[in-house]
Amino acid sequence: MTAARATRSIRPRLRLSAEGRITLALIAVFLLVPPLLAVLGEPFLTKVFHRAMILGLAAIGLNLALGFGGLIGFGHAAFIGLGAYAVGIPVHYGYENGFLHLACAVVGCGLFALITGAISLRTRAVHFIMITLAFGQMAYFLFVSLDAYGGDDGLVLYARSRFPLLDFDDDRVLYYVTLAAVAAALILTRAITRSRFGLVIRAAKGSERRTRTAGFDPQPYFLTLYVISGIVTGVAGFLLANFTDFITPEMMAWTRSGELLFMVILGGIATITGPLIGAAAFLLIEEVLSGFTVYWQFFFGLLLIAVVLAFRNGLHSLLPGGRP
Amino acid sequence: MDWALFVAQAVNGLQLGLLLFLIASGLTLVFGIMDLVNLAHGSFYMLGAFIGASLAAWTGSLLLAVLLTLPAVAVIALAVEIGVIKRLYPRGHLDQVLATFGLILCFDAAALYLWGPSGLSLALPEVLRGRLSLGVVELPAWRLVIIAAGLGIAFGLWALIARTRIGMQIRAGASDRAMAEALGIRVGPIFSLVFALGAVMAGLAGLLITPVTEASVGMGNDVIITAFVVIIIGGIGSVTGSFVAALLVGLVDTLGRAFLDGLLASVLSAQAAETAGPAVASMLVYLLMAAVLAFRPAGLFPPVTR
Repeated sequence: MTAARATRSIRPRLRLSAEGRITLALIAVFLLVPPLLAVLGEPFLTKVFHRAMILGLAAIGLNLALGFGGLIGFGHAAFIGLGAYAVGIPVHYGYENGFLHLACAVVGCGLFALITGAISLRTRAVHFIMITLAFGQMAYFLFVSLDAYGGDDGLVLYARSRFPLLDFDDDRVLYYVTLAAVAAALILTRAITRSRFGLVIRAAKGSERRTRTAGFDPQPYFLTLYVISGIVTGVAGFLLANFTDFITPEMMAWTRSGELLFMVILGGIATITGPLIGAAAFLLIEEVLSGFTVYWQFFFGLLLIAVVLAFRNGLHSLLPGGRP
Repeated sequence: MDWALFVAQAVNGLQLGLLLFLIASGLTLVFGIMDLVNLAHGSFYMLGAFIGASLAAWTGSLLLAVLLTLPAVAVIALAVEIGVIKRLYPRGHLDQVLATFGLILCFDAAALYLWGPSGLSLALPEVLRGRLSLGVVELPAWRLVIIAAGLGIAFGLWALIARTRIGMQIRAGASDRAMAEALGIRVGPIFSLVFALGAVMAGLAGLLITPVTEASVGMGNDVIITAFVVIIIGGIGSVTGSFVAALLVGLVDTLGRAFLDGLLASVLSAQAAETAGPAVASMLVYLLMAAVLAFRPAGLFPPVTR
């Protein structure tokens, strides 16, 4: 009896939820990818994983609004583009300070989300989808017509964001900075879902009328969520610009927003790690399929339809302890 | 202001508006009756363009091409409706947009496979290549054909919906599906019919524009968003609304692109106007949409809901 109590008190208490274990496992995988691939002699694949993390971060941002708030934003690629131009335009004028770029991305995406969100959130459901789609396309056409920043042809980034201590010109540093950003976004997602704020959102997603009756106006909560969602996706754009050294309005085309939605669904909507899993799976499937045929998008489209019709819970549900 | 130029641009705007109406009316009907958001609607526009251009080259007759293209698009649309779309009616809007987005990827890849990455042009017969003089301005004859076709289809659609038995059943299905079924209307075939009708109108729009631009892969993907803007402004589900909004969007877009530089130059410096003009003009229809939504969140002609 006493012995049993003694062992119990000595044993370290580390109880992780299933989602916590999946999160740690994913981060461990992404930590080990560059050295492993270097040993295997496939360093090119590291780029695929790096891109998967960046798009995963964007999808995590989208999932905040889509999964937890039920707001079907179809214009999230605009935030990626705005985050990317927040690096490209200052660099174009010779300002290479990374903090400036990050601040531009956060403020720019936050404002865009605030303004378009305030208008879009006057409606719900289909109207919300179409209006966010239209605003995303508006941002796309704006940058297509801005000849000063390359217009249609895009903007070559002749320098990456400059930070003290962190050298973004080193791809390995950028890789682990991206991983840190992804980890921070996962922690943010978890914190939001468990906060009072997150509970009001969840209640409002279930029934806005009941939430209102309980004394909460859901509108400012949804708008705040949409702004946070836009900023997280914008940070992904900031990283994407540094990763590709090249920015085009194409990053903001509405089909990119559709791809982000697919990543979230493929991985598992309204789960914490689902979007990251979905983005990785998306890019790996794309990599494999495009190796077989130039018409790979045909099979990708069929896959998308099949996932929507028959595999709605996403890859997350296949993991041990994943949400069924 | 140069009046001849203004009239010419206004006619261009009218033409764009009527093309948008051909696309948007199908979109809004399908949504109003089946509560379905179909992103792949733009693919029928692209198919109409490619099939029409191929058939015109193959048969050597524009009329024959038109007569064969429309049923071809209808058959493809019915196959898609039976194969995929039917399963989406009971689903949520997120599933609908994603699955129809998947359809777009399939159609674009198939078009790339069949017709290749370079565009396909459609040569008009000699009669339609000329220009017609209308007092102040000379206009390409084909533009007038587009406008006439657009107005004719708009009238036909109104007559179909407002004056026929099928139209009555369509309206009944739109306003209360369960009640219409209880009264013995078979809603399933009506759904298929309306879906195919919308696809044929979009296909016709694609065919009509091909002599002006050309058929190219992905041509439906830009126009579908503008069509969405049209039906948001018009009020989703309202055909009248989509007609008014399509003309409004067509005119605002065309006139904005043509004259905004000049208007801004009277306020700003010439150089600033040259930069801001195209940027603002490209956003004009979206700003119009935002302005309409700020005052009327359900659009200009919100349909009476059940």
